[in-house]
Amino acid sequence: MTTYIIRRVLWGIVVLFIVSLIVFFSLRLIPGDPVTIWAGQQAGSGGGMSEEMLDQLRVKYGLDKPVPIQYLNWVKGIFQGDLGESIRYKDDVGEILKQRLPVTLVLGLVATVISTVLGIFFGLLAAIRRGKWIDTLVTVLSYIGLCIPVFLAAFILMYVFALKLGWLPFIGYELPWNDFGKSLKQGVMPIICLAVTPLAVTARQMRSSVLEVNNMDYVRTAWSKGLRERVVVTRHVLKNSLIPVITLLGISIGIIFGGSVIVEQVFNIPGMGRMLVDGIFQRDYVIIQGGTLVIAFMIVVVNLIVDISYGWFDPRIRYE
Amino acid sequence: MNENLTTPAVETISAPRVSEWRRFLRVFFQRKLVIVGVAVILIWVLMAIFAPLIATHDPFTNNMKEVLQPPSSQHLIGTDNLGRDVFSRLVYGARTALYVGFGTVIVSAIIGMILGLLAGYLGGVVNAIIMRVMDALMGFPMLILALLLAAVLGGGLQNVIIALAIATIPGYTRLMCAETLSVRENEYVMAQRAIGSKSFRTMVRHVFPNAFQPLLVLITTMIGNVILAEAGLSFIGIGIQPPGAAWGSMASAGIRDLGTLPWLCFAPSLAIAVVVFAFNMVGDGLRDALDPKLRGTL
Repeated sequence: MTTYIIRRVLWGIVVLFIVSLIVFFSLRLIPGDPVTIWAGQQAGSGGGMSEEMLDQLRVKYGLDKPVPIQYLNWVKGIFQGDLGESIRYKDDVGEILKQRLPVTLVLGLVATVISTVLGIFFGLLAAIRRGKWIDTLVTVLSYIGLCIPVFLAAFILMYVFALKLGWLPFIGYELPWNDFGKSLKQGVMPIICLAVTPLAVTARQMRSSVLEVNNMDYVRTAWSKGLRERVVVTRHVLKNSLIPVITLLGISIGIIFGGSVIVEQVFNIPGMGRMLVDGIFQRDYVIIQGGTLVIAFMIVVVNLIVDISYGWFDPRIRYE
Repeated sequence: MNENLTTPAVETISAPRVSEWRRFLRVFFQRKLVIVGVAVILIWVLMAIFAPLIATHDPFTNNMKEVLQPPSSQHLIGTDNLGRDVFSRLVYGARTALYVGFGTVIVSAIIGMILGLLAGYLGGVVNAIIMRVMDALMGFPMLILALLLAAVLGGGLQNVIIALAIATIPGYTRLMCAETLSVRENEYVMAQRAIGSKSFRTMVRHVFPNAFQPLLVLITTMIGNVILAEAGLSFIGIGIQPPGAAWGSMASAGIRDLGTLPWLCFAPSLAIAVVVFAFNMVGDGLRDALDPKLRGTL
């Protein structure tokens, strides 16, 4: 088990290293360095800058050095908890993230929990009532969940609950520790939107996983021993069919982060997704590379935990 | 993105004979929803090809005298905030989705398959490098990776296709690598190597028939996923640039008038959902028809 964990952790580190290379160097392919871009945008709004001032800025942000050195400096900064400084906001990316990340994390975490728990529940229900109306309903709904764009879910909810019924506020988001009631009301629609796709994915995977386990010898043995349905389902079927579903957690979190880009746009929520999109429109490198790195980091870590727990739950995996 | 990936069953198949084709078609069309899916895809493709004939108005020119009109006999789904006919834009949007869906899948499938074949066949360091890079690409949510790449490349149809293609390569590479590795261990491949057959050619000849079925399923569902991702990019405003007609950007442009003219949002979003639904249906139908072991379990 220890070698298994060490191997996985090392793999995770290698992957993160490659992620940082991709993020950093792909952004350097954009013509013009950040100072030039920023100056161009400033010039558009009236404030011209001399070449000398720009050079000073480049020195200040380390952009006068060769790109590989810039990369090394960036990585060195990350290890010291410094993600760089946004030229536009004159602010530390770490500081901006400190405001933006909790918003996305709170919404995303609740969505993850909801989609995982409900997905497991409905998948199990559909499988043990295979062919009945509940199975058909779950199957059809999960198909729909897989194919609707996140913004369609948002439109439907907004139209019904915000515009027609007026039960929920249209846009905005307040963190729960600032104003719990408001946060709860504002959170309902974004969380549902984020949870739809991973919920459908989880329910589908759970259903097929349960159906597979149902065919196993040990389940037949459990039934023939005369155990009650509840015992067979919870002790034998549920536990064994959960293993493939655990792997989905990494994928679900990826879907949720991807979805947050759109959800935060629609509901005007000041989170990571909005930050990235704004960063892209303003061509703010430092923001984009910091944001994507943090998201990729979290996904790699979740996948690492999933892999390790997978080996823990299922010893067969460990000795592959 | 790859949520539908199940470990492909490895079994050797002979070239499909006529009876097998019949069996395939029978199983494939057994489910009514698969028929619906095929019909939707056909309608969509025809709509995209014959867009100029079907559209009732020019979808790209603004007409400020007729902004935000409700549906009428003149404008079937009304007009948008720039006075353009929504129905016509919807028809042209089908064309954009078609380009993106098929264009992306062709590019990423070819590159992904070659990389996977190389990784599995050469093994060792090459395998390690290719597969770690693929892991890294999968470390990003598809939409965020596409966002990053689109930011680097800039908007526009061609760049959106490149961005989405890079973001979807890992699925094919993993599949091909796994297939190649399993085929390499087979006795018939070793036997061929023993009689002096050039081993790479042997590999290619044996890997493709084995990988064909899961690849077909992956490609079909991937078209749907790619269309969904493009809709996301266009919705944010990073994909297809105006005045080009894309369903995603039409949906986001209509959001201000959600209360009064809801179809501005709902019509393009539903178009996306229906097409993606069709591809999911057909993908599942294909998997069931090609792999009898999985039938009915998924």
